[in-house]
Amino acid sequence: MTGLSLPFDLTLTIDPWLEVVLRAVAVLAAFLVLPLLVGQTEHKVMAHMQGRLGPMYAGGFHGWAQLVADGVKFVQKEDVTPARADRWVFRLAPAVALVPYLVALAVIPLSPTVVGADVDASALFVLAVIGVGIIGTLMAGWASANKYSLLGAMRAGAQLVSYELPMVLAVASVALAAGTLSLIGITAAWNPWWLLWQLPGGFVFLVSALAELQRPPFDMPVADSEIVFGAFTEYTGLRFAFFLLAEYAGIVVMSLLFAVLYLGGPAGWHADGLGWLWTLLKGFAVAVVVIWLRVSWPRMREDQLQRLAWVWLVPIALAQLALTAIVVVMTQ
Amino acid sequence: MTETTAEARSGTERALTVGIGAGGLATADMVLNIGPQHPATHGVLRLRIVVDGERIVTAEPIIGYMHRGAEKLFEVRDYRQIIVLANRHDWLSAFSNELGVVLGVEQMLGMEVPTRAVWARTLLAELNRVLNHLMFLGSYPLELGAITPIFHAFREREELQAVMEEISGGRMHYMFNRVGGLKEDLPAGWLTRVETTIADVRKRIPDLERLIVGNEILEARTRQVGVLPREKVLAFGVSGPIARASGLDLDLRRDAPYLAYAELFCEGGPGRVVTRSAGDCLSRLEVLLEQVHVSLDLAQACVERLRGLPQGPINVKLPKVVKVPEGQIYCATENPLGLNGYYLVSRGDKTPWRLKLRSASFNNVSVLAEMLPGQLISDMVAILGSMFFVVGDIDK
Repeated sequence: MTGLSLPFDLTLTIDPWLEVVLRAVAVLAAFLVLPLLVGQTEHKVMAHMQGRLGPMYAGGFHGWAQLVADGVKFVQKEDVTPARADRWVFRLAPAVALVPYLVALAVIPLSPTVVGADVDASALFVLAVIGVGIIGTLMAGWASANKYSLLGAMRAGAQLVSYELPMVLAVASVALAAGTLSLIGITAAWNPWWLLWQLPGGFVFLVSALAELQRPPFDMPVADSEIVFGAFTEYTGLRFAFFLLAEYAGIVVMSLLFAVLYLGGPAGWHADGLGWLWTLLKGFAVAVVVIWLRVSWPRMREDQLQRLAWVWLVPIALAQLALTAIVVVMTQ
Repeated sequence: MTETTAEARSGTERALTVGIGAGGLATADMVLNIGPQHPATHGVLRLRIVVDGERIVTAEPIIGYMHRGAEKLFEVRDYRQIIVLANRHDWLSAFSNELGVVLGVEQMLGMEVPTRAVWARTLLAELNRVLNHLMFLGSYPLELGAITPIFHAFREREELQAVMEEISGGRMHYMFNRVGGLKEDLPAGWLTRVETTIADVRKRIPDLERLIVGNEILEARTRQVGVLPREKVLAFGVSGPIARASGLDLDLRRDAPYLAYAELFCEGGPGRVVTRSAGDCLSRLEVLLEQVHVSLDLAQACVERLRGLPQGPINVKLPKVVKVPEGQIYCATENPLGLNGYYLVSRGDKTPWRLKLRSASFNNVSVLAEMLPGQLISDMVAILGSMFFVVGDIDK
C-alpha cells in the first residue's frame, strides 16, 4: 500500500522505523479513502439503477463530497449511550467492528511490491482477522440493552455459522492450487485457467463474503424493516458512522481479497508497473457487483441462508477442494 | 440452582430455569413491541408480540393511536363537509371513500345522477385503485428488503397522480365527489391524457412485475408463508384482495354493482374478479398485481365510453341546504383494500344522526392475532405487509 507510485525503493533509502510509519499512514489513508469511494459509488450506481440521480449538490460536481458532508454531520451529532447500556462494551463495540478490516487491509497486496505488510501465510491471517469483526456486532447487540439489538446480534451469530466454513474451504482450495498461503504467492501462481478451475470456489467465496458483510440479500442482522437496524439501533453520531465505515471497509477488503484470490490481482497489461491499479480496478468491479445485488434482491430469512450454506455452499466448496487437490496431484 | 415459574400463560405453565446444568439452558419468553413507531407498521399500528427466540408465541394488534373520531365528527357536519372527512380514513383510497358517502346520500334522496358523472366516477375510482395497489406493490417488497420496486411503483403513481391532480386539484384527498355528481366537468383533452397514461403504465408494469414475482428470494419469503384459510376469512370479515387470495370469490363491483360496474362486469365486459386459492403472502401479492391490470382495463373502457357520451351536466344542481329524508341506508363499495361501508341514519336534518363507517383494514388486521403465532419475526413482517392495510383505515 506504500510505494503507491513511489519511484524509489523505500527499503534502501529510508530508515526502517520511518518506513513502518509511512506504511502505516499509507494503509490508514487507503482505509479512509477506499470505503468512501465505494460508498459514493453505491450512492450513484444504486441511484442510476433506480432511475434517480443520487447526490447532486455536495461538493458541486455530481455530489462527489456527499459522504464527506455525511461524515461532518455524524461528527456533530450527540453521542448517546443508553442509560441501561453496558457502558464500556457499548462504546468499544464500533472499534472492534472496524479495526479488523484495517488490519486485514494492511496485508492484502495490490501488487507484489505494493503491500502494507508482507506477512507469511497472509491468506490465513486475513481470514482470522476478518472473523474478529463479528464480535463488535455481538458486543453492540448485547450492550445496547435493546431487544431489537439483541435479536440483531443473535441473527449475526446465527449467520456466522453459515458463512465461515464455506469461506475458509473456498480459500483453502485457492491456497492448495497455489501451493502457498501467502497472498502474494497466490497472485504469482495465478493464471487465467483458474477463472474456470476455481469458479465454483469463487462463487462460494462471493456468497460467503456477502453474508459476512451482512449485505443484501443477507442483511438479516440489520434488517431495517424487521428489527430496525439490529445491533446498531441505539447508536448515534460517530459511533454509528464507524459501523457504517466498517461495512464499507468490509466491502473493500472482501472485494480486494476476491480480486487477489480469484481474478489474479495485479495480473494484466503492464503488470510490473500497473499491477496495483489492476488489483484496485478488479476489486472495484467486485464492489460494484456487491452493490448491484443490493439493488436487485430482497432479503433472505436467517434459516434460508443456513439452508443455502449447508445444502449448497459447503458441498460445493468441498467438491472444489477435492477437484483442486486432484488437479494439483495430477499435474505435479 | 434457582428455579422460578414464569407467569401462567393461556393455561400452560413454562418453567424458567436460571443457570445451565440440571435445568438445561436458561430460556424465557420476551415481550416485543412492534410499533407504534416501527418501519413495518406504516404509521402507528402496534403489535404486542411474545417471542420465544424469534418464534412468535402470541400476537396482539393494539390499535387506536390514530383514532380521529371520524364517526362522531360526521354527526356535526353537513353532507358536503362529510366528504372531506370521509375521504381521509384510508388515505390511499380517497376517491373510493368519498363515493360511499355520496352514493348513500343520493340513494336516500332518490337522486338520478347524470350518466357522464357515473362513468367519470367509475374511471376515477379505478385509477384510484391502481394508485392504491401500486403503493403496496412498492412498499411490500421494501419490507422484504428489496429497495428497488418502490421506485418503479412510484414512477407510475406519479403519472397517474398527474391526471388525477389535473382534474381534481388534489394528489391524495381529491374532494371531487359531490352529492349528485362530480365537482366539475372533465377538462378539455383530459381523456386523451388519461389514455396515454394508462398505456404508459401498462407498458412499464412488466418491469415492476419482473422485480417482484419473478424473484426467487421473494418467492421463498412469501410462498406458503402466512396462510390465511377461507374459514378465517369468513369468521373475521376479511375482504378485498386478501379475502380473494384465500379463495373468497366476492367483489361488490360484480356482486352488488354500483356506478357503471354492472355494464363493465357483465358477460364479455373487461371486468373480472381476480382470485387465488393458496391464501399465502404470495397469492395476496399476485392478486394485487393482477388487479392493477384489471383496473387499467376498466379505466380504459370508461375512457372509451366517456368519449361516446354526449356533452351534458356532470352534476345535479343542489339546494343550498341538503337535508336527507328520515331513514337509514347501508351503502358498501368495493374499495381497493376491501369492503368499505357507510351506515347512514338520518332524522331529516342537514347532518346525519349517525354515520357508521365499516372500513376494510380494521377487519383485515384483526385476523393477525390468529395468523402470527408460530411464525418467525421475519415472517411476521412478510405477513403484516401482505395484509395491505392503512393505519387510518383501522383507527378511523
